[in-house]
Amino acid sequence: MTTPASPLNLRQRAVAIIGGLALLAVASLVLSCAVGSVSIPLADLPGAVLDLVSGTSASLAATLLELRLARALVAFVTGAALALAGVMMQALLRNPLADPYVLGISAGASVGALAALMLMCALWVVDASAFGGAVLISAMLYALARRGLRSGAPAEGGSSVLLLTGVILSSLCMAVVTLMLSIAPESRLRSMIFWMIGDLAGAPLRILPWIVLAGGLLFALRGARALNILAMHAEGAVALGVPVGALRKGLFLASGLLTASAVTSAGSIGFVGLIVPHACRFACGPDHRLLVPAATLAGGAFLVLADTLARTVIAPQQLPVGVVTALIGAPVFLWQLHRLHRA
Amino acid sequence: MIATEQLTLTAGPRTLVQDLTWRVGTGECWSIIGRNGAGKSTLIRTLAGLRAPDAGTVTLNGRPLSGWPLAELAQTRAFLAQARSDAFGYSALDTVLAARHPYGASRYWDGAVDQDAARTALAAMEVDHLARRDVRTLSGGERQRVAIAAMLAQDTPLLLLDEPANALDLAHQASVTRLLASLSREYNKTIIAIGHDLNLAHQASTHALLLMGDGAWLAGPKDDVMTAPQLSRYLAHPIEVLAHGARRIFISSEG
Repeated sequence: MTTPASPLNLRQRAVAIIGGLALLAVASLVLSCAVGSVSIPLADLPGAVLDLVSGTSASLAATLLELRLARALVAFVTGAALALAGVMMQALLRNPLADPYVLGISAGASVGALAALMLMCALWVVDASAFGGAVLISAMLYALARRGLRSGAPAEGGSSVLLLTGVILSSLCMAVVTLMLSIAPESRLRSMIFWMIGDLAGAPLRILPWIVLAGGLLFALRGARALNILAMHAEGAVALGVPVGALRKGLFLASGLLTASAVTSAGSIGFVGLIVPHACRFACGPDHRLLVPAATLAGGAFLVLADTLARTVIAPQQLPVGVVTALIGAPVFLWQLHRLHRA
Repeated sequence: MIATEQLTLTAGPRTLVQDLTWRVGTGECWSIIGRNGAGKSTLIRTLAGLRAPDAGTVTLNGRPLSGWPLAELAQTRAFLAQARSDAFGYSALDTVLAARHPYGASRYWDGAVDQDAARTALAAMEVDHLARRDVRTLSGGERQRVAIAAMLAQDTPLLLLDEPANALDLAHQASVTRLLASLSREYNKTIIAIGHDLNLAHQASTHALLLMGDGAWLAGPKDDVMTAPQLSRYLAHPIEVLAHGARRIFISSEG
Protein backbone atom coordinates (compact mmCIF):
# COMPACT_ATOMS: atom_id res chain seq x y z
CA MET A 1 0.00 0.00 0.00
CA THR A 2 1.12 3.54 -0.65
CA THR A 3 1.23 6.25 1.93
CA PRO A 4 -1.28 9.02 1.39
CA ALA A 5 0.28 12.39 0.64
CA SER A 6 -1.27 15.13 2.69
CA PRO A 7 -1.48 18.56 1.06
CA LEU A 8 1.01 19.78 3.65
CA ASN A 9 3.59 17.26 2.41
CA LEU A 10 3.34 18.52 -1.15
CA ARG A 11 3.65 22.12 -0.03
CA GLN A 12 6.65 21.36 2.19
CA ARG A 13 8.29 19.48 -0.64
CA ALA A 14 7.70 22.41 -2.99
CA VAL A 15 9.18 24.89 -0.50
CA ALA A 16 12.24 22.68 -0.01
CA ILE A 17 12.83 22.19 -3.73
CA ILE A 18 12.28 25.86 -4.64
CA GLY A 19 14.46 26.99 -1.73
CA GLY A 20 17.23 24.61 -2.78
CA LEU A 21 17.09 25.77 -6.38
CA ALA A 22 17.13 29.44 -5.33
CA LEU A 23 20.30 28.74 -3.32
CA LEU A 24 21.77 26.96 -6.34
CA ALA A 25 20.97 29.99 -8.50
CA VAL A 26 22.70 32.37 -6.09
CA ALA A 27 25.66 30.01 -5.80
CA SER A 28 25.97 29.81 -9.58
CA LEU A 29 26.04 33.63 -9.80
CA VAL A 30 28.72 33.89 -7.09
CA LEU A 31 30.80 31.19 -8.77
CA SER A 32 30.61 32.84 -12.17
CA CYS A 33 31.75 36.14 -10.61
CA ALA A 34 34.74 34.55 -8.92
CA VAL A 35 35.93 32.33 -11.79
CA GLY A 36 37.59 33.48 -15.00
CA SER A 37 40.88 33.88 -16.81
CA VAL A 38 41.85 36.15 -13.90
CA SER A 39 40.37 34.78 -10.72
CA ILE A 40 39.16 37.06 -7.95
CA PRO A 41 40.26 35.67 -4.58
CA LEU A 42 37.23 35.06 -2.37
CA ALA A 43 38.81 37.41 0.23
CA ASP A 44 38.68 40.31 -2.27
CA LEU A 45 35.02 39.71 -3.13
CA PRO A 46 33.40 41.67 -0.25
CA GLY A 47 35.63 44.68 -0.97
CA ALA A 48 34.85 44.54 -4.68
CA VAL A 49 31.12 44.30 -3.95
CA LEU A 50 31.38 47.39 -1.72
CA ASP A 51 33.25 49.26 -4.47
CA LEU A 52 30.61 48.26 -7.00
CA VAL A 53 27.72 49.31 -4.78
CA SER A 54 29.30 52.67 -3.96
CA GLY A 55 29.88 53.25 -7.69
CA THR A 56 33.66 53.63 -7.49
CA SER A 57 34.72 50.61 -9.50
CA ALA A 58 38.36 51.64 -9.44
CA SER A 59 39.97 48.37 -8.37
CA LEU A 60 40.63 45.57 -10.86
CA ALA A 61 38.50 43.24 -8.77
CA ALA A 62 35.52 45.59 -8.92
CA THR A 63 35.83 46.04 -12.68
CA LEU A 64 36.04 42.31 -13.27
CA LEU A 65 33.13 41.75 -10.91
CA GLU A 66 30.99 44.28 -12.77
CA LEU A 67 31.68 42.66 -16.13
CA ARG A 68 31.16 39.13 -14.89
CA LEU A 69 28.06 39.87 -12.85
CA ALA A 70 26.41 41.63 -15.80
CA ARG A 71 27.14 38.67 -18.05
CA ALA A 72 25.99 36.16 -15.42
CA LEU A 73 22.73 38.05 -14.98
CA VAL A 74 22.11 38.03 -18.73
CA ALA A 75 22.80 34.28 -18.71
CA PHE A 76 20.39 33.79 -15.81
CA VAL A 77 17.49 35.73 -17.32
CA THR A 78 18.02 34.06 -20.71
CA GLY A 79 18.16 30.55 -19.28
CA ALA A 80 15.17 31.14 -17.02
CA ALA A 81 13.10 32.54 -19.90
CA LEU A 82 13.98 29.63 -22.19
CA ALA A 83 13.16 26.99 -19.56
CA LEU A 84 9.86 28.66 -18.68
CA ALA A 85 8.97 29.00 -22.37
CA GLY A 86 9.79 25.31 -22.78
CA VAL A 87 7.43 24.30 -19.96
CA MET A 88 4.64 26.39 -21.50
CA MET A 89 5.24 25.10 -25.02
CA GLN A 90 5.19 21.49 -23.80
CA ALA A 91 1.88 22.06 -22.02
CA LEU A 92 0.43 23.94 -25.01
CA LEU A 93 1.36 21.21 -27.49
CA ARG A 94 0.82 18.44 -24.91
CA ASN A 95 4.16 17.03 -25.95
CA PRO A 96 6.98 16.60 -23.43
CA LEU A 97 9.49 16.70 -26.28
CA ALA A 98 8.53 20.16 -27.57
CA ASP A 99 10.93 23.07 -27.03
CA PRO A 100 10.60 26.87 -27.38
CA TYR A 101 12.14 26.77 -30.85
CA VAL A 102 9.92 24.05 -32.29
CA LEU A 103 7.40 26.55 -33.66
CA GLY A 104 10.03 28.55 -35.54
CA ILE A 105 10.15 31.65 -33.34
CA SER A 106 13.94 31.42 -33.05
CA ALA A 107 14.27 30.70 -36.76
CA GLY A 108 12.38 33.95 -37.42
CA ALA A 109 14.75 35.77 -35.06
CA SER A 110 17.71 34.20 -36.89
CA VAL A 111 16.53 35.60 -40.22
CA GLY A 112 16.25 39.08 -38.70
CA ALA A 113 19.55 38.96 -36.83
CA LEU A 114 21.57 37.45 -39.66
CA ALA A 115 20.23 39.95 -42.17
CA ALA A 116 21.31 42.78 -39.86
CA LEU A 117 24.71 41.16 -39.24
CA MET A 118 25.26 40.65 -42.97
CA LEU A 119 24.56 44.31 -43.61
CA MET A 120 27.02 45.23 -40.80
CA CYS A 121 24.43 47.03 -38.69
CA ALA A 122 25.02 48.25 -35.14
CA LEU A 123 24.41 45.85 -32.26
CA TRP A 124 21.08 47.39 -31.28
CA VAL A 125 19.85 47.05 -34.86
CA VAL A 126 20.79 43.37 -34.81
CA ASP A 127 18.82 42.89 -31.58
CA ALA A 128 15.83 44.88 -32.81
CA SER A 129 15.86 42.99 -36.08
CA ALA A 130 16.03 39.63 -34.28
CA PHE A 131 13.11 40.60 -32.06
CA GLY A 132 11.18 41.83 -35.12
CA GLY A 133 11.78 38.52 -36.90
CA ALA A 134 10.55 36.55 -33.89
CA VAL A 135 7.43 38.67 -33.52
CA LEU A 136 6.69 38.47 -37.25
CA ILE A 137 6.88 34.67 -37.27
CA SER A 138 4.69 34.47 -34.13
CA ALA A 139 2.09 36.69 -35.76
CA MET A 140 2.09 34.60 -38.95
CA LEU A 141 1.82 31.42 -36.90
CA TYR A 142 -1.05 32.85 -34.88
CA ALA A 143 -2.91 33.95 -38.02
CA LEU A 144 -2.48 30.54 -39.68
CA ALA A 145 -3.25 28.37 -36.64
CA ARG A 146 -5.75 30.57 -34.81
CA ARG A 147 -8.57 28.13 -35.30
CA GLY A 148 -6.44 25.37 -33.82
CA LEU A 149 -5.82 27.40 -30.66
CA ARG A 150 -9.51 27.94 -30.00
CA SER A 151 -11.43 25.53 -27.84
CA GLY A 152 -14.01 23.22 -29.31
CA ALA A 153 -11.59 22.05 -31.99
CA PRO A 154 -11.75 18.32 -32.60
CA ALA A 155 -9.66 16.48 -30.02
CA GLU A 156 -5.92 16.71 -30.69
CA GLY A 157 -6.48 18.33 -34.08
CA GLY A 158 -5.75 21.80 -32.70
CA SER A 159 -2.27 21.10 -31.42
CA SER A 160 -1.10 19.22 -34.47
CA VAL A 161 -2.20 21.99 -36.87
CA LEU A 162 -0.23 24.49 -34.75
CA LEU A 163 2.79 22.19 -34.54
CA LEU A 164 2.88 21.40 -38.27
CA THR A 165 2.45 25.06 -39.22
CA GLY A 166 5.30 26.01 -36.88
CA VAL A 167 7.62 23.30 -38.16
CA ILE A 168 7.01 24.34 -41.78
CA LEU A 169 7.47 28.07 -41.03
CA SER A 170 10.67 27.16 -39.17
CA SER A 171 12.12 25.27 -42.12
CA LEU A 172 11.19 28.14 -44.43
CA CYS A 173 13.15 30.53 -42.19
CA MET A 174 16.08 28.15 -42.02
CA ALA A 175 16.15 28.05 -45.83
CA VAL A 176 16.43 31.87 -45.84
CA VAL A 177 19.19 31.61 -43.21
CA THR A 178 21.14 29.12 -45.34
CA LEU A 179 20.71 31.40 -48.35
CA MET A 180 22.12 34.34 -46.39
CA LEU A 181 25.03 32.28 -45.08
CA SER A 182 25.95 31.24 -48.61
CA ILE A 183 25.96 34.76 -50.05
CA ALA A 184 27.36 36.62 -46.99
CA PRO A 185 30.87 38.10 -47.24
CA GLU A 186 33.58 35.99 -45.60
CA SER A 187 34.26 38.59 -42.89
CA ARG A 188 30.70 38.46 -41.55
CA LEU A 189 30.40 34.68 -41.38
CA ARG A 190 31.99 34.22 -37.95
CA SER A 191 29.63 36.60 -36.15
CA MET A 192 26.63 35.17 -38.03
CA ILE A 193 27.51 31.60 -37.05
CA PHE A 194 28.17 32.61 -33.44
CA TRP A 195 24.71 34.20 -33.33
CA MET A 196 23.17 30.98 -34.64
CA ILE A 197 24.93 28.89 -31.98
CA GLY A 198 23.99 31.30 -29.22
CA ASP A 199 26.64 33.45 -27.56
CA LEU A 200 26.51 35.59 -24.43
CA ALA A 201 29.78 37.49 -25.06
CA GLY A 202 28.91 41.16 -25.36
CA ALA A 203 25.19 40.55 -24.71
CA PRO A 204 24.05 43.74 -22.96
CA LEU A 205 22.23 43.62 -19.62
CA ARG A 206 18.80 45.13 -20.19
CA ILE A 207 15.72 45.53 -18.03
CA LEU A 208 13.18 44.36 -20.64
CA PRO A 209 14.00 40.62 -20.50
CA TRP A 210 13.49 40.74 -16.72
CA ILE A 211 10.09 42.35 -17.14
CA VAL A 212 9.10 39.71 -19.72
CA LEU A 213 10.36 36.95 -17.41
CA ALA A 214 8.46 38.34 -14.42
CA GLY A 215 5.28 38.68 -16.48
CA GLY A 216 5.60 35.17 -17.93
CA LEU A 217 6.28 33.66 -14.53
CA LEU A 218 3.31 35.44 -12.96
CA PHE A 219 1.03 34.23 -15.77
CA ALA A 220 2.29 30.63 -15.43
CA LEU A 221 1.98 30.58 -11.63
CA ARG A 222 -1.53 32.01 -11.70
CA GLY A 223 -2.55 29.44 -14.29
CA ALA A 224 -0.56 26.52 -12.85
CA ARG A 225 -3.67 24.54 -11.86
CA ALA A 226 -5.30 25.16 -15.23
CA LEU A 227 -2.02 24.18 -16.95
CA ASN A 228 -2.14 20.81 -15.20
CA ILE A 229 -5.69 20.22 -16.39
CA LEU A 230 -4.88 21.30 -19.95
CA ALA A 231 -1.87 18.95 -19.94
CA MET A 232 -4.07 16.09 -18.70
CA HIS A 233 -7.21 16.55 -20.73
CA ALA A 234 -6.51 18.81 -23.74
CA GLU A 235 -9.89 20.12 -25.03
CA GLY A 236 -11.66 18.11 -22.32
CA ALA A 237 -10.33 20.60 -19.75
CA VAL A 238 -13.41 22.70 -20.60
CA ALA A 239 -15.51 20.16 -18.70
CA LEU A 240 -13.58 21.07 -15.53
CA GLY A 241 -14.19 24.78 -16.03
CA VAL A 242 -10.88 25.71 -17.68
CA PRO A 243 -11.29 28.30 -20.47
CA VAL A 244 -9.13 26.30 -22.90
CA GLY A 245 -9.16 28.76 -25.79
CA ALA A 246 -8.08 31.75 -23.69
CA LEU A 247 -5.46 29.72 -21.82
CA ARG A 248 -3.93 28.43 -25.06
CA LYS A 249 -3.76 31.90 -26.55
CA GLY A 250 -2.14 33.18 -23.36
CA LEU A 251 0.39 30.34 -23.37
CA PHE A 252 1.23 30.96 -27.00
CA LEU A 253 1.68 34.69 -26.41
CA ALA A 254 3.68 34.29 -23.19
CA SER A 255 6.01 31.56 -24.46
CA GLY A 256 6.48 33.45 -27.74
CA LEU A 257 7.46 36.65 -25.92
CA LEU A 258 9.82 34.81 -23.57
CA THR A 259 11.50 33.05 -26.48
CA ALA A 260 11.76 36.25 -28.51
CA SER A 261 13.28 38.14 -25.59
CA ALA A 262 15.77 35.32 -24.88
CA VAL A 263 17.01 34.89 -28.44
CA THR A 264 17.19 38.65 -28.94
CA SER A 265 19.87 39.11 -26.31
CA ALA A 266 21.77 35.85 -26.74
CA GLY A 267 21.02 34.20 -30.07
CA SER A 268 19.41 30.81 -30.35
CA ILE A 269 20.99 28.88 -27.49
CA GLY A 270 19.84 25.31 -27.89
CA PHE A 271 18.69 22.59 -25.50
CA VAL A 272 18.05 24.74 -22.38
CA GLY A 273 14.33 24.99 -23.18
CA LEU A 274 14.12 21.24 -23.81
CA ILE A 275 16.46 19.72 -21.25
CA VAL A 276 15.67 21.81 -18.17
CA PRO A 277 11.87 21.33 -18.14
CA HIS A 278 12.42 17.69 -18.91
CA ALA A 279 14.93 17.16 -16.12
CA CYS A 280 12.71 19.06 -13.65
CA ARG A 281 9.68 17.00 -14.63
CA PHE A 282 11.77 13.89 -14.14
CA ALA A 283 12.97 15.04 -10.71
CA CYS A 284 9.88 16.71 -9.19
CA GLY A 285 6.97 15.36 -11.24
CA PRO A 286 4.71 16.95 -13.84
CA ASP A 287 2.70 19.19 -11.46
CA HIS A 288 3.03 22.71 -12.89
CA ARG A 289 2.57 24.32 -9.47
CA LEU A 290 6.05 23.02 -8.66
CA LEU A 291 7.42 22.60 -12.18
CA VAL A 292 6.99 26.24 -13.26
CA PRO A 293 9.10 27.89 -10.52
CA ALA A 294 11.55 24.96 -10.39
CA ALA A 295 12.26 25.00 -14.13
CA THR A 296 12.62 28.79 -14.15
CA LEU A 297 15.27 28.77 -11.39
CA ALA A 298 17.03 25.67 -12.73
CA GLY A 299 17.13 27.08 -16.27
CA GLY A 300 18.74 30.29 -15.05
CA ALA A 301 21.32 28.49 -12.91
CA PHE A 302 22.09 25.98 -15.69
CA LEU A 303 22.86 28.69 -18.25
CA VAL A 304 24.99 30.68 -15.76
CA LEU A 305 27.09 27.56 -15.09
CA ALA A 306 27.26 26.62 -18.78
CA ASP A 307 28.41 30.13 -19.67
CA THR A 308 31.03 30.11 -16.90
CA LEU A 309 32.32 26.88 -18.37
CA ALA A 310 32.21 28.32 -21.89
CA ARG A 311 34.44 31.25 -21.01
CA THR A 312 36.90 29.34 -18.80
CA VAL A 313 37.38 25.88 -20.32
CA ILE A 314 39.87 26.97 -22.98
CA ALA A 315 40.58 30.47 -21.56
CA PRO A 316 41.59 33.00 -22.70
CA GLN A 317 39.61 31.92 -25.78
CA GLN A 318 35.84 31.89 -25.21
CA LEU A 319 33.38 29.38 -26.60
CA PRO A 320 29.83 30.35 -27.55
CA VAL A 321 27.62 29.08 -24.73
CA GLY A 322 25.37 27.27 -27.24
CA VAL A 323 28.21 24.82 -27.89
CA VAL A 324 28.39 23.94 -24.20
CA THR A 325 24.62 23.56 -23.72
CA ALA A 326 24.42 21.32 -26.79
CA LEU A 327 27.44 19.25 -25.74
CA ILE A 328 25.92 18.71 -22.28
CA GLY A 329 22.30 18.73 -23.40
CA ALA A 330 22.33 16.18 -26.20
CA PRO A 331 23.87 13.28 -24.21
CA VAL A 332 21.72 14.06 -21.16
CA PHE A 333 18.64 14.12 -23.34
CA LEU A 334 19.49 10.80 -24.97
CA TRP A 335 20.07 9.26 -21.55
CA GLN A 336 16.73 10.54 -20.25
CA LEU A 337 14.89 9.37 -23.34
CA HIS A 338 16.41 5.94 -22.93
CA ARG A 339 15.37 5.76 -19.27
CA LEU A 340 11.87 6.96 -20.15
CA HIS A 341 11.40 4.17 -22.64
CA ARG A 342 12.77 1.57 -20.30
CA ALA A 343 10.55 2.69 -17.41
CA MET B 1 -32.60 18.87 -14.71
CA ILE B 2 -31.51 18.95 -18.34
CA ALA B 3 -33.77 19.38 -21.37
CA THR B 4 -33.46 19.84 -25.11
CA GLU B 5 -35.80 21.81 -27.34
CA GLN B 6 -35.97 21.04 -31.09
CA LEU B 7 -32.31 19.94 -30.90
CA THR B 8 -30.73 19.03 -34.23
CA LEU B 9 -27.26 17.53 -34.58
CA THR B 10 -25.40 17.08 -37.83
CA ALA B 11 -22.08 15.57 -38.85
CA GLY B 12 -20.96 16.78 -42.26
CA PRO B 13 -23.87 16.29 -44.66
CA ARG B 14 -25.67 13.82 -42.35
CA THR B 15 -28.39 14.71 -39.90
CA LEU B 16 -27.89 12.49 -36.86
CA VAL B 17 -30.66 13.76 -34.61
CA GLN B 18 -33.64 15.80 -35.76
CA ASP B 19 -35.83 18.00 -33.54
CA LEU B 20 -35.07 16.19 -30.30
CA THR B 21 -37.34 17.55 -27.59
CA TRP B 22 -36.40 15.67 -24.48
CA ARG B 23 -36.75 16.19 -20.73
CA VAL B 24 -34.53 14.48 -18.17
CA GLY B 25 -35.79 14.80 -14.60
CA THR B 26 -33.66 14.94 -11.45
CA GLY B 27 -32.66 11.48 -10.20
CA GLU B 28 -33.41 9.74 -13.48
CA CYS B 29 -30.87 7.41 -15.06
CA TRP B 30 -30.95 7.36 -18.86
CA SER B 31 -29.26 5.01 -21.30
CA ILE B 32 -28.56 6.22 -24.81
CA ILE B 33 -28.67 3.31 -27.23
CA GLY B 34 -27.91 3.18 -30.93
CA ARG B 35 -25.59 1.81 -33.60
CA ASN B 36 -22.04 3.06 -34.21
CA GLY B 37 -22.14 6.51 -35.74
CA ALA B 38 -25.77 7.12 -34.71
CA GLY B 39 -24.78 10.34 -32.94
CA LYS B 40 -24.65 9.12 -29.32
CA SER B 41 -21.29 10.74 -28.54
CA THR B 42 -22.20 13.88 -30.47
CA LEU B 43 -25.37 14.17 -28.41
CA ILE B 44 -23.66 13.64 -25.04
CA ARG B 45 -20.88 16.12 -25.93
CA THR B 46 -23.56 18.64 -26.85
CA LEU B 47 -25.30 18.07 -23.51
CA ALA B 48 -21.96 18.58 -21.75
CA GLY B 49 -21.52 21.91 -23.51
CA LEU B 50 -18.36 20.79 -25.33
CA ARG B 51 -20.02 21.28 -28.71
CA ALA B 52 -22.62 23.79 -29.86
CA PRO B 53 -26.01 22.47 -31.12
CA ASP B 54 -26.55 22.75 -34.88
CA ALA B 55 -30.11 23.90 -34.19
CA GLY B 56 -32.30 24.12 -31.11
CA THR B 57 -31.28 24.61 -27.48
CA VAL B 58 -30.12 22.68 -24.44
CA THR B 59 -31.23 23.99 -21.06
CA LEU B 60 -29.75 22.98 -17.74
CA ASN B 61 -31.84 23.83 -14.64
CA GLY B 62 -33.98 26.01 -16.88
CA ARG B 63 -31.07 28.13 -18.13
CA PRO B 64 -29.68 27.77 -21.70
CA LEU B 65 -26.34 25.95 -21.64
CA SER B 66 -24.63 28.76 -23.55
CA GLY B 67 -25.49 31.15 -20.71
CA TRP B 68 -23.63 29.12 -18.04
CA PRO B 69 -20.21 30.34 -16.86
CA LEU B 70 -17.66 27.52 -17.30
CA ALA B 71 -16.75 27.35 -13.61
CA GLU B 72 -20.36 27.09 -12.45
CA LEU B 73 -21.12 24.53 -15.15
CA ALA B 74 -18.19 22.43 -13.91
CA GLN B 75 -19.80 22.28 -10.47
CA THR B 76 -23.07 21.06 -11.99
CA ARG B 77 -22.18 18.45 -14.60
CA ALA B 78 -19.31 16.01 -14.97
CA PHE B 79 -18.35 14.39 -18.27
CA LEU B 80 -16.57 11.10 -18.93
CA ALA B 81 -14.95 11.14 -22.36
CA GLN B 82 -14.87 8.00 -24.49
CA ALA B 83 -11.08 7.97 -24.80
CA ARG B 84 -8.10 9.47 -23.02
CA SER B 85 -4.60 10.25 -24.19
CA ASP B 86 -2.10 10.79 -21.39
CA ALA B 87 0.90 12.79 -22.54
CA PHE B 88 2.48 13.40 -19.13
CA GLY B 89 3.25 11.18 -16.16
CA TYR B 90 0.66 12.46 -13.70
CA SER B 91 -0.26 10.08 -10.91
CA ALA B 92 -3.76 8.63 -10.70
CA LEU B 93 -4.32 10.72 -7.57
CA ASP B 94 -3.25 13.88 -9.47
CA THR B 95 -5.89 13.28 -12.15
CA VAL B 96 -8.61 12.74 -9.53
CA LEU B 97 -7.52 15.83 -7.55
CA ALA B 98 -7.66 17.84 -10.79
CA ALA B 99 -11.39 17.08 -10.93
CA ARG B 100 -11.71 19.18 -7.76
CA HIS B 101 -10.56 22.24 -9.73
CA PRO B 102 -14.07 23.73 -10.01
CA TYR B 103 -14.12 24.11 -6.21
CA GLY B 104 -10.57 25.35 -5.67
CA ALA B 105 -9.69 27.45 -8.72
CA SER B 106 -8.72 30.38 -6.52
CA ARG B 107 -6.36 28.37 -4.28
CA TYR B 108 -2.85 27.34 -5.26
CA TRP B 109 -2.65 24.01 -3.42
CA ASP B 110 -5.41 21.45 -2.82
CA GLY B 111 -7.26 21.59 0.48
CA ALA B 112 -7.83 18.72 2.91
CA VAL B 113 -11.45 18.45 1.67
CA ASP B 114 -10.21 17.88 -1.88
CA GLN B 115 -7.77 15.22 -0.69
CA ASP B 116 -10.54 13.42 1.18
CA ALA B 117 -12.92 13.59 -1.78
CA ALA B 118 -10.22 12.20 -4.09
CA ARG B 119 -9.37 9.35 -1.68
CA THR B 120 -13.03 8.45 -1.24
CA ALA B 121 -13.62 8.44 -5.00
CA LEU B 122 -10.57 6.25 -5.64
CA ALA B 123 -11.76 3.81 -2.98
CA ALA B 124 -15.28 3.72 -4.45
CA MET B 125 -13.82 2.61 -7.79
CA GLU B 126 -11.46 0.12 -6.06
CA VAL B 127 -8.37 1.85 -7.42
CA ASP B 128 -7.04 3.40 -4.19
CA HIS B 129 -4.01 1.10 -4.39
CA LEU B 130 -3.12 2.72 -7.74
CA ALA B 131 -3.16 6.31 -6.38
CA ARG B 132 0.61 6.84 -6.76
CA ARG B 133 0.90 5.10 -10.13
CA ASP B 134 1.76 6.99 -13.32
CA VAL B 135 -1.48 6.97 -15.36
CA ARG B 136 0.49 5.99 -18.46
CA THR B 137 1.36 2.66 -16.86
CA LEU B 138 -2.23 1.66 -16.00
CA SER B 139 -4.16 -0.92 -18.00
CA GLY B 140 -7.13 0.26 -20.06
CA GLY B 141 -9.65 -0.90 -17.48
CA GLU B 142 -7.72 0.56 -14.54
CA ARG B 143 -7.38 3.88 -16.37
CA GLN B 144 -11.13 3.85 -17.05
CA ARG B 145 -11.90 3.30 -13.36
CA VAL B 146 -9.55 6.13 -12.36
CA ALA B 147 -11.37 8.37 -14.84
CA ILE B 148 -14.74 7.42 -13.32
CA ALA B 149 -13.26 8.11 -9.86
CA ALA B 150 -12.32 11.61 -11.06
CA MET B 151 -15.94 12.10 -12.11
CA LEU B 152 -17.17 11.06 -8.68
CA ALA B 153 -14.70 13.46 -7.02
CA GLN B 154 -16.11 16.29 -9.12
CA ASP B 155 -19.30 15.69 -7.12
CA THR B 156 -21.89 17.11 -9.50
CA PRO B 157 -25.66 16.53 -9.59
CA LEU B 158 -25.50 15.61 -13.32
CA LEU B 159 -23.19 12.91 -14.71
CA LEU B 160 -22.71 12.38 -18.44
CA LEU B 161 -20.83 9.20 -19.36
CA ASP B 162 -19.66 8.16 -22.82
CA GLU B 163 -19.35 4.37 -22.61
CA PRO B 164 -18.43 3.96 -18.93
CA ALA B 165 -18.13 0.18 -19.34
CA ASN B 166 -15.38 0.56 -21.97
CA ALA B 167 -12.40 -1.74 -21.34
CA LEU B 168 -13.81 -2.96 -18.02
CA ASP B 169 -13.83 -6.65 -17.12
CA LEU B 170 -17.16 -8.34 -16.43
CA ALA B 171 -17.02 -7.84 -12.66
CA HIS B 172 -16.25 -4.16 -12.96
CA GLN B 173 -18.90 -3.66 -15.65
CA ALA B 174 -21.41 -5.02 -13.15
CA SER B 175 -20.06 -2.90 -10.28
CA VAL B 176 -20.08 0.31 -12.36
CA THR B 177 -23.64 -0.50 -13.37
CA ARG B 178 -24.61 -0.97 -9.70
CA LEU B 179 -22.79 2.25 -8.80
CA LEU B 180 -24.66 4.28 -11.42
CA ALA B 181 -27.97 2.81 -10.33
CA SER B 182 -27.30 3.59 -6.67
CA LEU B 183 -26.09 7.13 -7.45
CA SER B 184 -29.40 7.86 -9.12
CA ARG B 185 -31.61 5.97 -6.61
CA GLU B 186 -29.92 6.84 -3.32
CA TYR B 187 -28.14 10.11 -4.00
CA ASN B 188 -30.69 11.52 -6.45
CA LYS B 189 -28.02 12.15 -9.09
CA THR B 190 -29.10 12.53 -12.69
CA ILE B 191 -27.24 10.19 -15.01
CA ILE B 192 -27.04 9.94 -18.78
CA ALA B 193 -24.82 7.13 -20.07
CA ILE B 194 -24.03 5.59 -23.42
CA GLY B 195 -23.73 1.83 -23.44
CA HIS B 196 -23.75 -1.07 -25.87
CA ASP B 197 -24.74 -3.78 -23.39
CA LEU B 198 -28.54 -3.86 -23.35
CA ASN B 199 -28.70 -6.01 -20.22
CA LEU B 200 -26.54 -3.65 -18.19
CA ALA B 201 -28.41 -0.65 -19.60
CA HIS B 202 -31.74 -2.12 -18.58
CA GLN B 203 -30.48 -2.97 -15.09
CA ALA B 204 -29.03 0.46 -14.34
CA SER B 205 -31.43 2.85 -16.02
CA THR B 206 -34.88 4.14 -15.41
CA HIS B 207 -35.26 5.48 -18.96
CA ALA B 208 -33.81 4.96 -22.41
CA LEU B 209 -33.25 7.06 -25.53
CA LEU B 210 -32.88 5.23 -28.83
CA LEU B 211 -31.09 6.95 -31.70
CA MET B 212 -31.45 5.80 -35.31
CA GLY B 213 -28.72 7.93 -36.85
CA ASP B 214 -30.94 9.37 -39.58
CA GLY B 215 -32.63 11.91 -37.33
CA ALA B 216 -35.18 9.54 -35.76
CA TRP B 217 -35.24 9.04 -31.99
CA LEU B 218 -37.40 7.47 -29.32
CA ALA B 219 -37.37 8.41 -25.63
CA GLY B 220 -39.25 7.12 -22.62
CA PRO B 221 -39.30 4.84 -19.56
CA LYS B 222 -37.08 1.81 -20.22
CA ASP B 223 -39.86 -0.77 -20.30
CA ASP B 224 -41.82 1.20 -22.91
CA VAL B 225 -38.79 1.81 -25.10
CA MET B 226 -36.65 -1.30 -24.73
CA THR B 227 -38.96 -3.74 -26.50
CA ALA B 228 -37.92 -6.35 -29.04
CA PRO B 229 -39.42 -4.71 -32.16
CA GLN B 230 -38.12 -1.22 -31.31
CA LEU B 231 -34.59 -2.35 -30.36
CA SER B 232 -34.44 -4.55 -33.46
CA ARG B 233 -35.39 -1.59 -35.61
CA TYR B 234 -32.99 0.92 -34.00
CA LEU B 235 -30.04 -1.47 -33.82
CA ALA B 236 -30.80 -2.97 -37.26
CA HIS B 237 -30.35 -6.40 -35.78
CA PRO B 238 -32.96 -8.89 -34.52
CA ILE B 239 -33.18 -8.79 -30.73
CA GLU B 240 -35.24 -11.11 -28.55
CA VAL B 241 -36.43 -10.18 -25.08
CA LEU B 242 -36.93 -12.86 -22.45
CA ALA B 243 -38.54 -12.36 -19.07
CA HIS B 244 -36.46 -13.69 -16.21
CA GLY B 245 -38.34 -12.96 -13.00
CA ALA B 246 -38.53 -9.19 -12.77
CA ARG B 247 -35.59 -8.79 -15.14
CA ARG B 248 -35.56 -8.62 -18.89
CA ILE B 249 -32.85 -10.50 -20.75
CA PHE B 250 -31.88 -9.25 -24.20
CA ILE B 251 -30.34 -11.66 -26.66
CA SER B 252 -29.32 -11.44 -30.24
CA SER B 253 -31.57 -13.89 -32.06
CA GLU B 254 -29.05 -14.58 -34.81
CA GLY B 255 -25.96 -16.71 -34.42
